[in-house]
Amino acid sequence: MSGIHLHYEVSGEDFTRAGEASGSVKKRLKSLGYNTDAIRRVAIAMYEAEINMVIHADGGYCDVDIFPDRVEILLADHGPGIPDVDKAMQEGYSTAPDNVRSLGFGAGMGLPNIKKYTDEMRIETTIGVGTNLYLTVKVNE
Amino acid sequence: MVVKDIIDILEGEIICEGDLTKEIKTACGSDMMSDVLAFVKDQSVLLTGLVNPQVVRTAEMMDMACIVFVRGKDPDQSIIDLAEMRDITLIKTKYRMFTACGKLYANGLSGGTKI
Repeated sequence: MSGIHLHYEVSGEDFTRAGEASGSVKKRLKSLGYNTDAIRRVAIAMYEAEINMVIHADGGYCDVDIFPDRVEILLADHGPGIPDVDKAMQEGYSTAPDNVRSLGFGAGMGLPNIKKYTDEMRIETTIGVGTNLYLTVKVNE
Repeated sequence: MVVKDIIDILEGEIICEGDLTKEIKTACGSDMMSDVLAFVKDQSVLLTGLVNPQVVRTAEMMDMACIVFVRGKDPDQSIIDLAEMRDITLIKTKYRMFTACGKLYANGLSGGTKI
C-alpha cells in the first residue's frame, strides 16, 4: 500500500529551528483530516526525537510515510550512538549538557515520552556510527 | 474560562494576540518543556519562565492556545513571529510562577489530573 512520503533534513546547528519538521508533518496530517489525538501523538513523538537529534547527534534526517491507518517515521542520525538504551529509556536519565537544560530540555523525558505516544518504537544504534529510530503511530481508529 | 479571562486574572499584557475567546480547561506551569509534553491535557494554557522559541513549538505540538510568561519576561521578535504564525496568544504577567499558577487555580483552573 503506497502512502504519502515526506523527507526532512534536520540541522544540528540551530536549536531554535528544531521542531520545524514536526510542525510541518502536523500541518500536513491536519489538512488530510486525521483525528486530533493521533496528530498530537505523532507531533509530540517526532518533536522529542527531533530535539534529541539536535542535542545529541548534530542533526540528521526524518522520513515520514503517511498511510490511511498509520504514520511511520524514521529519524536517522550520524551521532555518537546510545551506549545504554535501557538506561536512556528510564524517566529522568539524561546525558544532555547543562546548556540544554537551560533551554527547557534534557530532563530525561525524551525517549520515555516518545514511547508513551507511539504504538511501536524501535532503536537501532551503533556507537560512533549513529542511531536510527523507527516509530509507528496508529491513526483514525 | 477563556484566554481573555486569564489576561484579566493575571493582569497580563498581550504580546501577541490570537483568539482570546478560546476556551481553556487546564493549566501547566513549567520551565521543562519535556514535562509539558509528558503531562499536559487538552486545551491548556502554559505558564513558563523560559523564554525561547521552543516554548512556542511545544505549545504548537500540544495544541495550546495561550502562553503566559511569568515575572514580566519579554520574548524576542523571533518568538513573537512564531506565535503569530500559529495563532497562539502570548501574555506576560508581573506575577511569579507560584503566584500566577495560584491565581488561576483559585479561579477554577486545574492541572487536569488527580495528582
